[in-house]
Amino acid sequence: MSGLLAYGAYLPYHRLQRKAVAAALGGRGGSGVRTVASFDEDTTSLGVEAARIALRGRAAASGPRQVYFATTAPGYLDKTNATAIHAALGLDESVLAVDMVGSVRSGVGALLAASAATEPTLVVLSDIRTGLPGGADERDGGDGAAALLVGPGTPDAPVLAEILANASATEEFLDRWRVPGDDHSRVWEERFGESVYVPLADRAFADLLKQVDLTPDQVDHLIVTGLHARSVASFTRRAGVRPDAVVDGLAKTVGNTGTAHAGLLLADTLDRAGAGKTIVVVVLADGVTAVALRTTEALPEHRAAVSVAAQIAGGRDTLRYADFLNWRGRLVTEPPRRPDPDAYAAPPAGRNADWKYGFTGSRCDECGTRHLPPARVCRACGVVDHMTPQRLADIHGTVATFTIDRLAFTPSPPLVAVVIDIDGGGRFKCELTDVDPDSVAIGDRVEMTFRKVNTARGIHNYFWKARPVRAAGSTEGLEA
Amino acid sequence: MASHGIRDKVAIVGMGCTSFGERWDSSVDDLLIESSQAAYASAGLSRDDVDAYWLGTMGSGNSGLTLSRPLRLPYKPVSRLENYCATGSEALRNACYAVASGAYDIAMAIGVEKLKDSGFSGLVGATPPSDGTGSETTAPANFSLLAPAYAKKYGVDTDEMKDVLTRIAWKNHVNGAQNPRAQFRKEVAKDVICNAPLVAGPLGIFDCSGVSDGSAAAIVVRAEDAHRYTDKPIYIKALSFIAGPATGNSDPDYDYTTFPEVVASAKDAYAQAGVTDPRAELALAEVHDCFTPTELVLMEDLGFAERGFGWKEVLAGTFDLDGDLPVNPDGGLKAFGHPIGASGLRMMFECWLQLRGEAPAKRTISTVAAGKKLGMTHNLGGGPGECVSFVSIVGSEPSA
Repeated sequence: MSGLLAYGAYLPYHRLQRKAVAAALGGRGGSGVRTVASFDEDTTSLGVEAARIALRGRAAASGPRQVYFATTAPGYLDKTNATAIHAALGLDESVLAVDMVGSVRSGVGALLAASAATEPTLVVLSDIRTGLPGGADERDGGDGAAALLVGPGTPDAPVLAEILANASATEEFLDRWRVPGDDHSRVWEERFGESVYVPLADRAFADLLKQVDLTPDQVDHLIVTGLHARSVASFTRRAGVRPDAVVDGLAKTVGNTGTAHAGLLLADTLDRAGAGKTIVVVVLADGVTAVALRTTEALPEHRAAVSVAAQIAGGRDTLRYADFLNWRGRLVTEPPRRPDPDAYAAPPAGRNADWKYGFTGSRCDECGTRHLPPARVCRACGVVDHMTPQRLADIHGTVATFTIDRLAFTPSPPLVAVVIDIDGGGRFKCELTDVDPDSVAIGDRVEMTFRKVNTARGIHNYFWKARPVRAAGSTEGLEA
Repeated sequence: MASHGIRDKVAIVGMGCTSFGERWDSSVDDLLIESSQAAYASAGLSRDDVDAYWLGTMGSGNSGLTLSRPLRLPYKPVSRLENYCATGSEALRNACYAVASGAYDIAMAIGVEKLKDSGFSGLVGATPPSDGTGSETTAPANFSLLAPAYAKKYGVDTDEMKDVLTRIAWKNHVNGAQNPRAQFRKEVAKDVICNAPLVAGPLGIFDCSGVSDGSAAAIVVRAEDAHRYTDKPIYIKALSFIAGPATGNSDPDYDYTTFPEVVASAKDAYAQAGVTDPRAELALAEVHDCFTPTELVLMEDLGFAERGFGWKEVLAGTFDLDGDLPVNPDGGLKAFGHPIGASGLRMMFECWLQLRGEAPAKRTISTVAAGKKLGMTHNLGGGPGECVSFVSIVGSEPSA
């Protein structure tokens, strides 16, 4: 039986209050908050974090054999982004990793392709959504990622939700578009889009229910999502499901995460749903695709290590609008009087990929001393080349000492540097992210997170940073 | 295996030192010509008398040509060295060993750095192509790690710690105010130091050494020849250089309140020189006060204060110009400025002046008049957890 084997979603720590936009630019601004990827996050790093949550605790043997990455905002064109996710997850080189990028529709396409695959396939859906300052896309968008592992179940890795059927209604029409290189999308007048989307949704939904022999009132959880908010609302009203079956779209707490949103809402639903429940996901994106799933008895025992609700509760909503604009490259501020960062060089990054992307250190076979980065000569016993690689991305540690560097180049000064003593041995000095510089203290607990350190000469420098372990969304005690 | 040293085998017979600071009017060539001409004149020698040269510069030029070209040296051996902030001292060490070996009669160690032309704040160095996983932190941030670690270990509260660091910067500015060659030649009030904009951690701009241009040079000969060139040679008692295993930032046992490399090089240098009580025996110490917490920790690593008591000695004025052991009477890196390749030789220049009784009256230390005849220079390069360290001991008299 093929179906959903694991799932996880990741929401960045920062929130922008919509009223902060109005305070700066005038207008109504709206209520609630939207999630904001930090200056050191992009769709690739968001995807890695979601996948880490989905795969936490899973043995490599039951891990993905393929990785499909979908986003509208890829870090690179012409270079595959899924390979960095593959490397950050420490997957075997025989595992396929490909991108399906460009439009929101790519996300549902990746999910359907995975559900047809005969091997476990990890679908990573990720997006960073914004638009022109003061506009609806900026206000209503959100940043986040979801990861869904799809494939045949095994006794060790049971199916959590069967994928029962899918139905699509495709049509070429002009609603939302962006030519490559533009920094914002354009949309047609919304009533035209509604006139196309709603009938398409009607047909896809009816087709789906017919395939699974259900009536609308038998749907336990209905997820309707798409960037055309008016159509999403219209169709939801007329779908005929019970009012309590409608899954909240998280508009007030997250915003619409585009390609990731269907996966995010599915994860949020799976965080709570009981066994034997029917979930229908309807995605409105250049046509409509509907997917039906049914949860299994295994779900309650295998929910995601960190829930969507916990991450919603764990965010920080004090981000200044100016910082939001700066992080998205729309407000250029004066940098420290320091040289621009160097781009990394391809050969050393290639030689050290297990460390750079996989955070794989080493442990001395003779004396057990742990080394970050991996070492050939043991600092403790001096033995040479008696080391076993050890993946350390899921470690926790304690801040031994720290500093606030106001001189260093960083896209968002000041840089917070910490020296971490790692549980089980070893020490590492690195940057601390997602933190108020004034709140750092010796003894703080931290975990690792995959980030984009900087971009130089068009090269994104991905590496690991520490972040505080927080009560909400904490993975403490959930060692891999 | 042993570190024997070359105690009293080599002596400095001439020195030169430029003024440090924003030398917009001078090129690297100009600075090298200025310091070398002063050193030649000081020893009563001409360019052609010197047999070999050791040039220290971190980034102001490559190869011996950096020196031979501006000086138009007539086919002499010139080595170019780099060893982080110990670069100038490393030039001296190698020149001394060359003379001690008998390979040359007369050698010059010269250091230079031109930092201000980069246009950047702080220190800027070229790094080899990398995998992008290295630390992004700056030097002040790396050294600022010492302050909270020290304060926590020894129960010094945050305000007291700030007072200690401020006292060190204040003292070095007081000393620098009496030094016509210094980059910063004025005293700075403690509240101005204390309330200055922050650079990294608790360190404000006055906790950081001056980014500077400058050059310094020394001429060394065999000790038995020294009186041919000067009545007051300065004898090399010890030269110790240590490169650490660079494990502090990956070893949980390192606590950021000490530089093990400094402890090791000081122990080696004291053994070479026969010094058993440095605080009592030294007339002065020129130490690497790149940032104020560095000077604090060095007072303990070099054996001038008991562990955990350095901060009290700082506040008590032990290391002031009129204290038991004057530290950085020339203003140190803080006020004199820190042109990397020149700094180690600049420190030696202060020992040269003080031990020979040639320092300006207002910063003449009383320890020399009281009969102390030894001086120390100390550099470290890198940062807490991974650094190189140099310690020299010099004296105005050969051992009995």
